[in-house]
Amino acid sequence: MKELWPLGNYWAHWAVFTVIVLAFAIVGVMMYIWVERRGFGVFQLRMGPNRAGPFGLLQSVADAIKVLLKEDIVPTVADKAAHFVAPAIVFLPVLLVFAVVPFHNGFGLLPDLNIGILYVVAISSLGVVGVFMAGWASNNKYSIIGAMRVMAAMVSYEIPLVLSILGVVLVSGSLSMNDIVAGGPIPLFLLTPLGFLVFLLSAMAEINRGPFDMLEADSEIVAGFHTEYSGMKFAMFFLAEYGHALAMSAIAATLFFKGWEGPGAQYIGVLWFIIKMVFVFILLIWFRVAFPRLRIDQLMSFGWKFLLPLAIANLLIIGGEVVGFGGDIPWWMMFPNFAVAGALILLFSRAYSLGGGRVEVKV
Amino acid sequence: MEATDLKTQPFVINMGPQHPSTHGVFRMRVTLDGEVVVDLEPKLGYLHRGIEKLAETRTYTQFIPLTDRLAYLGSMFNNHAYVLAVEKLAGIRVPLRAEYMRVIVDELMRISSHLAAVGFFLNDLGASVFTPLLYMYREREKLLDLFEMVCGQRLTYNYMRIGGLSHDFPPEFLPAVKRFVDEMPFYMEEYENLLAENEIVLARSKGVGCISKDLAISASLAGPVLRSTGVKWDIRKADPYSVYDRFEFDIPVGEQGDNYDRYRVRIEEMWQSLRILRQSLQQMPEGGEFRANVPHLLYPPKGEAYGRIEGAQGELGFYIVSDGSIAPYRLHIRAPTLINITCLRDMSIGWKVADLISIFGSIDVCLGEIDR
Repeated sequence: MKELWPLGNYWAHWAVFTVIVLAFAIVGVMMYIWVERRGFGVFQLRMGPNRAGPFGLLQSVADAIKVLLKEDIVPTVADKAAHFVAPAIVFLPVLLVFAVVPFHNGFGLLPDLNIGILYVVAISSLGVVGVFMAGWASNNKYSIIGAMRVMAAMVSYEIPLVLSILGVVLVSGSLSMNDIVAGGPIPLFLLTPLGFLVFLLSAMAEINRGPFDMLEADSEIVAGFHTEYSGMKFAMFFLAEYGHALAMSAIAATLFFKGWEGPGAQYIGVLWFIIKMVFVFILLIWFRVAFPRLRIDQLMSFGWKFLLPLAIANLLIIGGEVVGFGGDIPWWMMFPNFAVAGALILLFSRAYSLGGGRVEVKV
Repeated sequence: MEATDLKTQPFVINMGPQHPSTHGVFRMRVTLDGEVVVDLEPKLGYLHRGIEKLAETRTYTQFIPLTDRLAYLGSMFNNHAYVLAVEKLAGIRVPLRAEYMRVIVDELMRISSHLAAVGFFLNDLGASVFTPLLYMYREREKLLDLFEMVCGQRLTYNYMRIGGLSHDFPPEFLPAVKRFVDEMPFYMEEYENLLAENEIVLARSKGVGCISKDLAISASLAGPVLRSTGVKWDIRKADPYSVYDRFEFDIPVGEQGDNYDRYRVRIEEMWQSLRILRQSLQQMPEGGEFRANVPHLLYPPKGEAYGRIEGAQGELGFYIVSDGSIAPYRLHIRAPTLINITCLRDMSIGWKVADLISIFGSIDVCLGEIDR
């Protein structure tokens, strides 16, 4: 990449791509919000936003302006400093994830960082700290419940998430995002369907969407950890949530859909990348719009008793195949892998039911 | 620090009166141990308008529009129960055609009310972007169009009068009802396909918020909440009013009285309502009066009367004491949802906060009726 820049200028690369990544994240989030709201319209027999700009494309802009003009309310009993910092702490890791996302072959801020995916996993867990800070600092009981939920649930979905990513790393033999795209004969969601499923489900829990959005479960705990936030601070949480969704779908596109690769000329690779990202996001929208929410104990037992064994099984299968084929798994292994994945899921869903019942309490 | 040194303590949380899913201005003082509900105390009265007292200052006919404001998702039932009580009191005979008309609007109302109830219940389960609710409201809109056709209103109908109804059906109404009855099964099947076997709906509602048969009876519960425990009790069968004794229909009952049974009972009742509608469209006399000849200023004889019907949420009754003047001496409303939520505490103790919300949603309350 360096030879592209005159004088081999490292800092020029850094400056230009920081701007590109920031712009991509912000514009991407706005487009995601638009896609989601229009998508909801399709799923829910209604129109979705269609007033601001053509097809309602400017709705997010209008919302952003509205939210900027809102009064910023801080509760008198809040821990002011933590209350102020929390939105930034939630939002920052989301932006940092984009540093290693390869939009094209080697096109990105740090696309060939040699610990790319490890960095993603480490950074994206940091947001939880901000969420807990927000919940604690608000000094509101609903916020605390939301924050406690996210702390309790985090471990149960992060472990399957990391284990499913490990399967990808085994196939491609590298932690660098750029090499992961290059590795593997076919897109990995075909070669390792089980891994993709586990990744998708735990990613949904990680980004607090869909049936797993219990930390801001609006019908139960009002707005969860950001009940006491208004104005731009609330918008930061909103940005962070959608930014996280954007980041997760970018990572899914990189890990399981071969990122920029696709038919057509080389330079439309970025377009392929965005198409795959939006495809993953539409899957997420579909899940969110179709399913009621799980309970917190059901999410945890789902993580520990369903996703974790499947993730381990997936790791064993892929590991065996990598050893058996000497590193290069041929593409036709997708057929047995699909069969095994289907059998395992059927077997598991028979044996396992979303548990959790009444707790006996002394009144 | 040793694990035994860690202390936990229950904390009190104030749910409502402004909470996204307390269906109005219901407030509960909930004591939580972590996520588990340890104690619960409903606090009522935020929507109290003194409707029962207002009745004493109005003539019998003038009170009808106020009954609309009780359970506003089932205004027809309130109208019906009230005029039934007054008719009992004054000994007025309602023309046969008017009785059939009342049954038709009542059953349409029941479908509409149950659609809203099931939709909101699923919303409380956390289908947080309103998808099931919007599907239910698609059909509810058609019903509201029908009501608009007969009385010009979409929410507070004020349609029934003492001795009959305010207007006759317009000529296009009955064909429209027939069309609705014909196409509704298709949409009901759609709801069944989408929801009945949904894994998350099952996990969240099966076995949650159980209430025993004995408790349900001794707490005088009614409607789908009572029938979900397996008690076959429906005023339409037990004490037939109007012309309900002329129809063939079943009383759907549940088994264990959990959230899922309550949801199922409502869905099954919609099927039964469609059956009743079909029969009443066939049996309805072509011509005839739609209102008995009742004086404008009604002076009922001294005495007492209790008129009760099976509303969407249970036995809805109006108890009227008359001193022979133009206004009731005293009026009391047996509001089914008020009595149904008295068991909320027994149902929800030991469950999580999320379940508390869904249990509350499955009772299908309407604050206009609880606080009156």
